[in-house]
Amino acid sequence: MKKEIKNGENNRKTDKTMLHAVVHSQEQIANQIFSMWLQADPIAGNARPGQFVSVYSNDSGRLLPRPVSICEADSAHGRIRLVYRVAGKGTAEFARCRAGDSLDLLGPLGNGYPLDRCPEGRTALLIGGGIGIPPMVELAKQLKGRVLSVVGYRDELFLTDELKTCGELYAAVEDHSLYRRLHGMENDYGTFYGTVTQGNVIDCIRENDLHADVIYACGPTPMLRAVKAYAQKKETECWLSLEQRMACGIGACLACVCESAKIDAHSQVKNKRVCKEGPVFAAEDVVL
Amino acid sequence: MINTKVTVAGVELKNPVMTASGTFGSGMEYSEFVDLSRLGAVVTKGVANVPWPGNPTPRVAEIRGGMMNAIGLQNPGIETFCARDLPFLAQYDTAVIVNVCGHTTEEYVEVVERLSDEDRVDLLEINISCPNVRCGGIAFGQNPDSVEAITREIRRHAKQPVIMKLSPNVTDITELARAAEAGGADALSMINTLTGMKIDVNRRTFALANQTGGVSGPAIHPIAVRMVYQTAQAVKLPIIGMGGISSAEDALEFILAGATAVAVGTANFRNPHAALDVIEGIEEYMRRQNTEDIRSLIGAVR
Repeated sequence: MKKEIKNGENNRKTDKTMLHAVVHSQEQIANQIFSMWLQADPIAGNARPGQFVSVYSNDSGRLLPRPVSICEADSAHGRIRLVYRVAGKGTAEFARCRAGDSLDLLGPLGNGYPLDRCPEGRTALLIGGGIGIPPMVELAKQLKGRVLSVVGYRDELFLTDELKTCGELYAAVEDHSLYRRLHGMENDYGTFYGTVTQGNVIDCIRENDLHADVIYACGPTPMLRAVKAYAQKKETECWLSLEQRMACGIGACLACVCESAKIDAHSQVKNKRVCKEGPVFAAEDVVL
Repeated sequence: MINTKVTVAGVELKNPVMTASGTFGSGMEYSEFVDLSRLGAVVTKGVANVPWPGNPTPRVAEIRGGMMNAIGLQNPGIETFCARDLPFLAQYDTAVIVNVCGHTTEEYVEVVERLSDEDRVDLLEINISCPNVRCGGIAFGQNPDSVEAITREIRRHAKQPVIMKLSPNVTDITELARAAEAGGADALSMINTLTGMKIDVNRRTFALANQTGGVSGPAIHPIAVRMVYQTAQAVKLPIIGMGGISSAEDALEFILAGATAVAVGTANFRNPHAALDVIEGIEEYMRRQNTEDIRSLIGAVR
């Protein structure tokens, strides 16, 4: 058990807090995808869309925190929602947590998406792929402008209810049988009423002739590469959230760097810290 | 009243606990969680004469009871470091130990000379033991003759006391310790990480882009304690012990084995407050054991 580190304990401005968060609820929402609400005040109140938390294992043999993006933040109840994929032993441990269990968290970390790029009267394309979809939920909730969510799934849908309440929802599915099911022939996704495309997110954008003033994206690197190329061609402002193996999560260890287009002011070389300068970058600032 | 002050190479530290190089940056990021003025010293990430880009990613991997890294000594170069990091550290009442890296003796010397004008630098820690760069680093640290030669050359140019940071990736670390002592080192830091490899069985590839990396964390603690103990018997130099310290007990093992000071590294990643927890734990231990002066613990186990 670690000591709670209070906000501004050392008279230095920080909105990051380390705390024991009690699990409020947990459910599996798709194959290997889990959704967990945690009591995490003041992280819930400080979090911005696109930020993440470091989640620490209760097993002292697993040292490194797992960075998990914040899917939703309910500041009124002091809760955050984490939607994550079980990818190894650490995340498998998180998935076994039940209401009342606790996990140490540090956050909110990273910069988050710039909300002011999509004020009222503008249109945003939110592009999420796989486990890059969760941060789009809080972003969709907080943007003032019109929201078009384009989400890519491999084999199973999740977070569609949340996204469609904040705007229009377009799903791209690679899997043919899932595509057929979603087209109503044997539709067991009773709650899904977005538009579905067979293919990737870019196919989906083209098929539906979607246009936007700004793009926000999170997902696997090949998808981000395609989104960046698409945005460049359309001359559309584009923000990408990157993923990288991390250790400290706060910018000290230099593990989670990405290649930057220009020499970075902090590193003095062509790379940036995903956990600190990111995870959200202007597309033209990073090399994918 | 308990006394936690120790002296390393003529520099008095308010307590024996410092941060291990490479795990704490220059303290800027951790200062949001830790009052740096409570630390015995901040040991900075290695700095070279010019900016270094480091290795490709992934640069870190977790192992049972530890981790591996192959950052590759990414650093912004000495000029940015002196303009940005040293003034930042000057705000705090803690000793500043600058870790120095290079590819060649000349590069080390260039950094050491540049730092000789900086009053705010209390000690230099010379990294001749990084396992993650091809030339420099460990290339200097595995041969007693080259350890002695580079120590002598750096000692000749350095204004501050010189700590040589030793590699555990050798047959007999005491030979390297003796070589550093013969070259005029003022203190020793040990141990750097142990070279390891992790394979990702699902992707059937190396977990680190660099293929090999340095193993750190609790898994290496007993190895480090043993090496500090052996070295304390072999040389007269003060030793800064490190390797897997995450609690006061871990730190006290090093001190009882002969270390004058200790450094907390990988534990910072699990708990940003780790170094302060170690300091508080040592104070509690001393009160519990009626130990008035921490110096009475140094090398008390023989």
